[in-house]
Amino acid sequence: MDAKEIYATLEKLFPGKVGDFKGEVQEPYLTVDTAAIVEVCRFLRNSPGFKFEVLSDLTAVDCPKEGKIQVVYHLFSYSQNHQIVLKVDLPRDNPKVATLEDVWKVANWFEREVYDLFGVIFEGHSDLRRIMLPEDWVGYPLRKDYVEQEEYDGISTQRAPLVEKLLR
Amino acid sequence: MNETAQEQGFYTEDMTISVGPQHPSTHGVLRFVVKTDGEVISEAIPDVGYLHRSIEKIGEKVTYHGYVPYTDRADYLAAMFANQAFCLAAEKLAGTEVTRRGEFCRVIACELNRLASHLISVGTFGQDIGAMTPFVHALRERETINNLMEEICGARLTYNYIRIGGVGYDIVPETCARITAFLDHFEPIVSEFNRLLSGNKIFIERLAGVAVVSKEDALSYNLVGPNLRGSGIKWDIRRDIPYSIYPELDFEVPVGTAQVGALGDSYDRYWVRIREMQESVKILRQCLDKMPKGPAIAKVPRKFRPPAGECYARVEAPRGDMGFYVISDGSEYPYRVRIRTGSYTAMSIIDKLSKGIMLADLIALIGSLDVDAPEIDR
Amino acid sequence: MKPLINSLPETVFTTKVDDLLNWGRASSQWYMLFGLACCAIELMQTGGPRADLDRFGAVPRATPRQSDLMIVAGTLTYKMAKRTKLLYDQMPDPRYVISMGSCSNCGGLFQLAYSVCKGVDKIVPVDVYVPGCPPRPEALTEGLLRIQDKMMRERWLVKAPRPAEGASAAQD
Repeated sequence: MDAKEIYATLEKLFPGKVGDFKGEVQEPYLTVDTAAIVEVCRFLRNSPGFKFEVLSDLTAVDCPKEGKIQVVYHLFSYSQNHQIVLKVDLPRDNPKVATLEDVWKVANWFEREVYDLFGVIFEGHSDLRRIMLPEDWVGYPLRKDYVEQEEYDGISTQRAPLVEKLLR
Repeated sequence: MNETAQEQGFYTEDMTISVGPQHPSTHGVLRFVVKTDGEVISEAIPDVGYLHRSIEKIGEKVTYHGYVPYTDRADYLAAMFANQAFCLAAEKLAGTEVTRRGEFCRVIACELNRLASHLISVGTFGQDIGAMTPFVHALRERETINNLMEEICGARLTYNYIRIGGVGYDIVPETCARITAFLDHFEPIVSEFNRLLSGNKIFIERLAGVAVVSKEDALSYNLVGPNLRGSGIKWDIRRDIPYSIYPELDFEVPVGTAQVGALGDSYDRYWVRIREMQESVKILRQCLDKMPKGPAIAKVPRKFRPPAGECYARVEAPRGDMGFYVISDGSEYPYRVRIRTGSYTAMSIIDKLSKGIMLADLIALIGSLDVDAPEIDR
Repeated sequence: MKPLINSLPETVFTTKVDDLLNWGRASSQWYMLFGLACCAIELMQTGGPRADLDRFGAVPRATPRQSDLMIVAGTLTYKMAKRTKLLYDQMPDPRYVISMGSCSNCGGLFQLAYSVCKGVDKIVPVDVYVPGCPPRPEALTEGLLRIQDKMMRERWLVKAPRPAEGASAAQD
């Protein structure tokens, strides 16, 4: 199925909740309302024409200029060999969206990583805690305004260049 | 067989064991917090992040050309594939055409790398089960492949060979002759491996029926690569979303067939890897026959500035589908680079599969899923 | 036994006893499997058939209690740093550390990263630094031979100060 047909069907079934379709770019995507993402994904996974069995990727992009964090979902279907990209815009100071854990189980780990590196809270997640960084890390590193801390656990994060050390 | 000790009449307590992060059997620095009742596991929670080198954040600080060595380290056992995926994404963004000879050089380098990666994965799998000898045989074959890679691109492990627009250096005819000699030597080695390991009665009994992954689970947990094909789903990016020159090559896609136990058990995943090694040899022979003449790399500007946009490129790496999601804002530094790897999702299924199996089977399960710390942590 | 250590004059007999003890230690360096990242693969290849470490008597041990050499092969992250110190403390004296590869020497190409410790010598004292990314097996073998030289220079019976254990942990 073509991305345009997918968008047309979705717009008929979920009026007002999907929008902003871009079809002529490399990866056609459409924006979904924050509140409607779970039902849209469940429909896309189960309905016979679409059959998106697989959540290929769940990630986020930080756009400080527009004041939003965008969560990006890549869906793929093996049986129909088509794909679609969904995007959800969240406000930067309070990013919250519902979890997709009941729809695809792999969303559990993807969402933990997005929480760890961006600070997006996934409501309804069974186990939302840091996965890549130590438990007592402060800050969300992949945000554009992240400032590296001076030291962690007593270890300084800076290292003088070798020439300076030899001359000292 | 796996009834709890209490059912047999012993008094026991639950133990919490920490397997790793420094452990001879884990594939890199991984840690599992395992709650067991004697030898039977009730819960195995993976704890990752000990090799988190923030490769995604570094993508925003270096240029496109300068980022290619970092992609090597995203999965050091399959460095060529990560290089290729990133270069595919950058080329799609900018609309660059790759030269024909460059495509053939890319496929040759990638399939050699696939052989090396599967050798390590099968060798360490045998070592985790307890068979020390096949590991040393695998390392010996890998030395020859390392020598060939050193002739092609100068490095043994982290290659930085596939560049935007083609490849870094051309493959000279002497190297092609040596690759052919290696392939002639390698084909009987696979059957020697099978005699040592695949047909071994102890090996089969350790793996048959252990950690069966059903088709629905494989899709819901998004397993890719040999893990997916071991569960019976015939999906290979080289054949279904073809890139590069794979449409012109003739090869089969091996699927698990429940040879010794249930469909989707550890032996199926291992057998898919052995068969993939044989298919890679076929692909290499076809490429060496059909190599055209011409330049190895297209002309790409030094300050590579693709127009604003985003792109998702996938390749079939030895551990599954590796995808690079690159967002560009028109400058010479990428805006966001996201690496999606197969081992990350394979880790998420370990907790579900490990309920009720023995501690030694957990090690066999991790080895059969072929997880790899740099792919998980990036 | 304690009054004998580093207390006797330098004679033919005492230096030969020292050499014997050092030769025994240098020819049987048991290294701990501490492969973290890409350098771990080259460490495995160095223990493999072509560039064999076993001919120097170096066998891999999984536990720090049975090893006297720790080869830190790969990138050290902050999450792993505490565990590295714990493992180093568990090794019995006399112990040595080889820092293998650029990432453990100084952070390597991951100096731009926020989660990477810029050099393992912020955590443990290092004796030999092996450069490379990853170092060839021949380079790692050279590192092992340098540790052998270092071991041969130590003095047990003879009255001479024991060489300090590696470069002092640099402050930055």
